[in-house]
Amino acid sequence: MSKVMIVDDMASMRKMVTFTLESEGHEVIEADDGDVALDLAKKENGINLVITDVNMPNMDGITLTGELRKLPAFKFTPILLLTTEGAKEKKMQGKAAGATGWLVKPFDPDKLLATAKKVLR
Amino acid sequence: MAIDLEQFKGIFFEESFEGLDAMESGLLEMNEGGTDLETVNTIFRAAHSIKGGSGTFGLGPITSFTHIMEGLLDEMREGKREATPEIINVLLESVDVLRELMTAFQNNEAPDVSHMEDLQKQLAAIRDSAAVSSAEPAQDSDSQDADESDEKETTVEGWNISFHPHEGLLKTGNDPALILRELGELGEITVEADDSHLPPLADMDPEACYLSWEIYLKGAIEQEQITEIFEWVEDDCDLELTPVYPARNKDDRRDEDRRVATSDDRRQENRRQEARRPNDKAPSKPATTIRVGTDRIDAIIDMVGELVITQSMLSQLGEDFDMSKLERLRDGLEELERNSRDLQENIMRIRMQPISFAFNRFPRVVHDLSQKLGKKIRLELVGEETEMDKTVMEKINDPLVHLVRNCLDHGLELPEDRIAAGKDDEGYVRLKAFHQGGNIVVEVSDDGRGLSRERILNKAIEKGLVKETDVLTDEAVFMLLFEAGFSTAEQLSDISGRGVGLDVVRRNIESLGGGVEVQSRFGEGSTFTIRLPLTLAVLDGQLFRIGGDTYVLPLASIVESLQINRDLLGGVGNDAEVYRLREEYIPIVRLSDIFSTGEHIDNLENALLVVVEWGEKHIGLLVDELLGQQQVVIKSLETNYERVKGISGATILGDGTVSLILDISGLVEISYSIRDAMKPRLAAVNGKSMA
Repeated sequence: MSKVMIVDDMASMRKMVTFTLESEGHEVIEADDGDVALDLAKKENGINLVITDVNMPNMDGITLTGELRKLPAFKFTPILLLTTEGAKEKKMQGKAAGATGWLVKPFDPDKLLATAKKVLR
Repeated sequence: MAIDLEQFKGIFFEESFEGLDAMESGLLEMNEGGTDLETVNTIFRAAHSIKGGSGTFGLGPITSFTHIMEGLLDEMREGKREATPEIINVLLESVDVLRELMTAFQNNEAPDVSHMEDLQKQLAAIRDSAAVSSAEPAQDSDSQDADESDEKETTVEGWNISFHPHEGLLKTGNDPALILRELGELGEITVEADDSHLPPLADMDPEACYLSWEIYLKGAIEQEQITEIFEWVEDDCDLELTPVYPARNKDDRRDEDRRVATSDDRRQENRRQEARRPNDKAPSKPATTIRVGTDRIDAIIDMVGELVITQSMLSQLGEDFDMSKLERLRDGLEELERNSRDLQENIMRIRMQPISFAFNRFPRVVHDLSQKLGKKIRLELVGEETEMDKTVMEKINDPLVHLVRNCLDHGLELPEDRIAAGKDDEGYVRLKAFHQGGNIVVEVSDDGRGLSRERILNKAIEKGLVKETDVLTDEAVFMLLFEAGFSTAEQLSDISGRGVGLDVVRRNIESLGGGVEVQSRFGEGSTFTIRLPLTLAVLDGQLFRIGGDTYVLPLASIVESLQINRDLLGGVGNDAEVYRLREEYIPIVRLSDIFSTGEHIDNLENALLVVVEWGEKHIGLLVDELLGQQQVVIKSLETNYERVKGISGATILGDGTVSLILDISGLVEISYSIRDAMKPRLAAVNGKSMA
């Protein structure tokens, strides 16, 4: 199964994502902001998917996406942004920074699993 | 998929309340002129996160409300809207509304949305008013959707899809192979790859995409199903979708070769998503949680380790014990006592939280009230890191707010009055917390006009609380403020005089086993001091016997214990007995009657009387025998059985028996009702000065 990193400053959101993905047998690591996520990304091996919130303290999700893309191991790793519906501008900024796609809030476990399936080989 | 997210609701509420606190303090900071971007961002993030989470848990009103707030805040952080005091005030009120809504949802109550709707209108008005940014053209695409659905009457047979990725498509982590795989899940596909754009190997960028595909997808598939698959790459490729209709319908279709560019149908998708609400299962109140530092948990684990070692040492000793090992047994038991005491202390510490949790709301209170009252007030918080039991803290919140409001409303003067009195035009309210012995002390002080002894005394005489002839110390006069029905404010303001007086404050604090006092110097200010036990979980108790049972009284409430001297007994009516203790007549409560032990003591000579505090007054409890004093762990009777009047809880004694902890005010009520049943009560018994 795959290894997924979830980045969000809301613990409730992280827990829900982790719970949902683990129920499908994925391994999940959590980070509560972009800074922490970037450190983890450099330390951990074999992350197959990154799911990140956009609005976070210290380092936001879009900056994180750009920084991750600079790391050789993350050049083609799918990175999904957690956004709210209609945040077109954010989606476009995210795409420009190298995001693969997005997951629209409110959080829906079925949607998450379907999307994860879509980007995981 | 049965994934139950209900279990995460508790964390969400907790986080949201924290977020609201952050919003509040951020807004107050902005109000003082410091509008730095990070503050606005923090406020925005909190609103945004609450909105996101509330959607997941189906808390519709919160979602729609935070949506508008979020919009406003977004404009503010983009610099498109100025943070005027009016906007900040509306946002502060919005924080309150969200707190109310959230609390209602947390308790599974129907939220009162009237206040919310009112504010929502205000927010919308602000948003629509001087909006610097142009409104989102949301309606346009809606009408487009309608047009399209009208046209889609004829079922398609399949789609011709022309997919030409740009060279950079791979760099966003998207993979054409995965896209094709997904298309294949919709229906049977025929794929033709076009490699004509492949450069010679030497010129090839291994990270670029040079291939493109012509795909025929067979089946009656909705256009959105296809655009959804290409949603993430629509800007990284050229995409053409052509519907293929069954041959016999061909003539009917005027725009048969209508080429549909990758249109943005997200709105429809979103609407579908909205319709799919999270399952509204039988709501259960989420468990309250507490955050504990890992160092505290580690300390407890260490201690459990020590306890286990002691236990195994003792059990080894017990294997073949003889008197020669008595010394070691004693050491071991001492060790065990130390271990359990340490463990107890550290476990109690888990419930300890810095009082800043309670203090944090006051910047807001002071901000709002100083505006309303036209006073200049500085808030000083001292000892915010002082820790106290979470339960105690929750319960002193209201009394504290009451005292602070009181200081702001009655204590502090208007700026001009202050200047006239030779003071700085800005007054202060200081909240100070510190530990003292086994107590936590919270002081609320101000440098306002102080308490007027004369005014209080006159009022008290007028209300019949004291006699003109009574000689009272300043403290005693000030304590009259806490008597029921006493209020010095000539007119009830909506700030402190909300129909509840300081007597309620005192009662609340006393119900926690604490007390309140006041010091004041006329013209210089007042200090209200609240003293509370550190925890509600453990109690220093006095054990005593009535009939065959052992009961516990809180040690702190006992004034003295004495043997009755027949000469000092007095009777008012048949059953209402009083005892004269120095200058005071104390009503006697026969506990054996209340607990129906069946033994009625006729001769009170030499019987044991435990004198306890009952508010300002004293009550004598008649007991059969006094036993030892010890710390007892309080178990709630309510959770384990049901609420019983006169009993505040239960505990388990060393020998394993259950003992009830008495609640004095409840006992007094019962004793009066027993008496009432026999004979009309004489009011005089209730009074303390009968001389």
